[in-house]
Amino acid sequence: MAKFKMHLLVCGGTGCHASLSKTVGDNLKEILVEKGLDHEIQVVMTGCFGFCEKGPIVKVMPDNTFYTEVKPGDAREIIEEHIIKGRKVTRLLYKDPENKEHVSDSKHMGFYKKQIRIALRNCGFIDPENIDEYIARDGYEALGKVLTEMDAQQTIDIIKKSGLRGRGGGGFPTGLKWEITSKSQADQKYVVCNADEGDPGAFMDRSILEGDPHSVIEAMAICGYSIGGTKGLVYIRAEYPLAITRLKIAIDQAREYGLLGKDILGSGFDFDIELRYGAGAFVCGEETALIHSMEGMRGEPTFKPPFPSVSGYLGKPTNVNNVETFASVPVIINKGAEWFSSIGTEKSKGTKVFALAGKINNVGLIEVPMGITLREIIYEIGGGIKDGKKFKAVQTGGPSGGCLTERHLDTPIDYDNLIAAGSMMGSGGMIVMDEDDCMVSVAKFYLDFTVEESCGKCTPCRIGNKRLYEILETITQGKGTMADLDKLKNLSQVIKDASLCGLGQTSPNPVLSTLDNFWDEYLEHINEKKCRSGQCKALMQYIIDAEQCVGCTACARNCPVNAITGERKLAHYINQDICIKCGACMEKCKFNAISIK
Amino acid sequence: MVNIKLSEDKINKIKDICKSFNNEGGELINVLHKTQTMYGYLPAEVQEIIARELNVSTAHVYGVVTFYSFFTMIPKGEFPISVCTGTACYVRGAEKVLEEFKRELKIAVGETSKDGKFSLSCLRCVGACGLAPVVLIGEKVYGRVSPDGVKAIIAEYK
Repeated sequence: MAKFKMHLLVCGGTGCHASLSKTVGDNLKEILVEKGLDHEIQVVMTGCFGFCEKGPIVKVMPDNTFYTEVKPGDAREIIEEHIIKGRKVTRLLYKDPENKEHVSDSKHMGFYKKQIRIALRNCGFIDPENIDEYIARDGYEALGKVLTEMDAQQTIDIIKKSGLRGRGGGGFPTGLKWEITSKSQADQKYVVCNADEGDPGAFMDRSILEGDPHSVIEAMAICGYSIGGTKGLVYIRAEYPLAITRLKIAIDQAREYGLLGKDILGSGFDFDIELRYGAGAFVCGEETALIHSMEGMRGEPTFKPPFPSVSGYLGKPTNVNNVETFASVPVIINKGAEWFSSIGTEKSKGTKVFALAGKINNVGLIEVPMGITLREIIYEIGGGIKDGKKFKAVQTGGPSGGCLTERHLDTPIDYDNLIAAGSMMGSGGMIVMDEDDCMVSVAKFYLDFTVEESCGKCTPCRIGNKRLYEILETITQGKGTMADLDKLKNLSQVIKDASLCGLGQTSPNPVLSTLDNFWDEYLEHINEKKCRSGQCKALMQYIIDAEQCVGCTACARNCPVNAITGERKLAHYINQDICIKCGACMEKCKFNAISIK
Repeated sequence: MVNIKLSEDKINKIKDICKSFNNEGGELINVLHKTQTMYGYLPAEVQEIIARELNVSTAHVYGVVTFYSFFTMIPKGEFPISVCTGTACYVRGAEKVLEEFKRELKIAVGETSKDGKFSLSCLRCVGACGLAPVVLIGEKVYGRVSPDGVKAIIAEYK
């Protein structure tokens, strides 16, 4: 490998990519060539740094300068000032929102201070398309150690002892899953990586595959060795073209280095990986549905048992783990189970990646120790609520999760506490909502998603969720009754109890948790026909302020349904029964006399 | 039975795709992915050919095509517009952006404009939540889109 004095790491994650980070990188390269520095300084397109809010990110190594919101036009200044003259470009540094001081090293930023990066350890550090960079950061050391020094049971024991639980949502102990699969007898067993990230608002799996694909490949091989399987399959969303490309490159490189294929590292162990493409079905996150989809069928779940560990892909024992779970495995082998289990809470060990988004100042991908509180995440890492608004709720666990409120802010986050609070870990989406969000509409939004994504196989999920959606629709239109609230509760319970798979068993959670935590808001919609956040269009009222109105008739002339009456030069009036809430009157009023109530 | 109107050339291409997967029924989803990439969409006659080649029923192929949102039986527009309606985009106003696209293009979600230029669809999370709300046109990502900005975006493609 050529030696470089300095590196310019440019974020090539999806968010930064969309803000022209590729052009930033190209410009940097071009100017380096122009200055004759391209042999000393290397530009590397890395995976996601996590701080998507301030993208595109450029990091200068080894002095750790962290530039934010870099535009293609800034490339010249970075090179001429920072690289050549050694003066940092202050205007591109992150500005601490509290003391307004510029921060140069990301370690000192609120966003990064509390993070511990295990699954994301290499994202933003290495060129994901170069296996040597992964190896330079202890990559494939764990695989070597397992193959040469340990047997299958010893490997499983380390994972079991570490306390690692499935990061895809369910939280099933990973080591135990491996052990069950290893004990199943069969001529072939499969290792499957679930990369069908379908949870709206979660993008950690994508970021790991785009930023550090080798960590997943290495872990799958370790898993194969432990369970006695020689075939790995990655089930990945077809909508993730960049992740697919990077994964393919990584698999080819690993084969070339003899880290995949026959007789890996001379140990006699064979293992190889193939890709299978998902085609957009949320239910395929469920193991059995995923397996059917890989077999070329509709992604419908089947009853468990038999569990995939006993009878899965093509009827053979199959171990399914999620991307983030796999990405944690090599580090656990290298650093030991004790190290991993020293992080986190009693029953949830290690760290969890969250996609922090919504009405928050620092949107991005974060990895935090289990047991951290929502307050720390939202206010210290997330930098508080956008535009100084008031925090209302945070939704975790996607369509299967629930909304947590102010009173949950100091609860330590782990699998069990989140379930106790009426939500769940899920894959790690964390959407922050402020006072402008209507919680009834939020519940309806998730149900809309579930109705669309329900596979239709079992009745409670197919029909029940549709009915839940319709009741919520009635309430947001101001036609709900108190009896509807009872119906929502009862029906939710039936769907949870009677559905076949995880999708239906959790789909009423957004409804139940909003009923629990925002009962008042439901009551307002029903009794007062009012939506306090003004989101429910049917409950909005356009009102003319008689004192402001000069009687110019502009509103009445523009109303498409003739809902506005009034004499010329006298205050006008909107008949609410006729009004269709199109807003045309407000747009035309030159005297700001019309407002929304 | 659908009356097959495809050209001989296209039929052969589809057959080749099936053959490249050893005409195995279990490879149906991979075959559909490849065919859609080549053909743009999966109309009934294409499904018939695939069913025959892989020796599975047309109903099975149809069942799979309609199950997954990625597969489509309607040709997409020259510039397919996808509005992200993931949760992060939703709370930052994606719905209003979607409404504006519908109004400007006079089509509903899942439809293609009469001139075949634009089609409109929703998708769930592209992983650019920092830029919410997000709109994709082809592979180009537009971030922080406001309803007011919709007209200008469409104008770029007219």
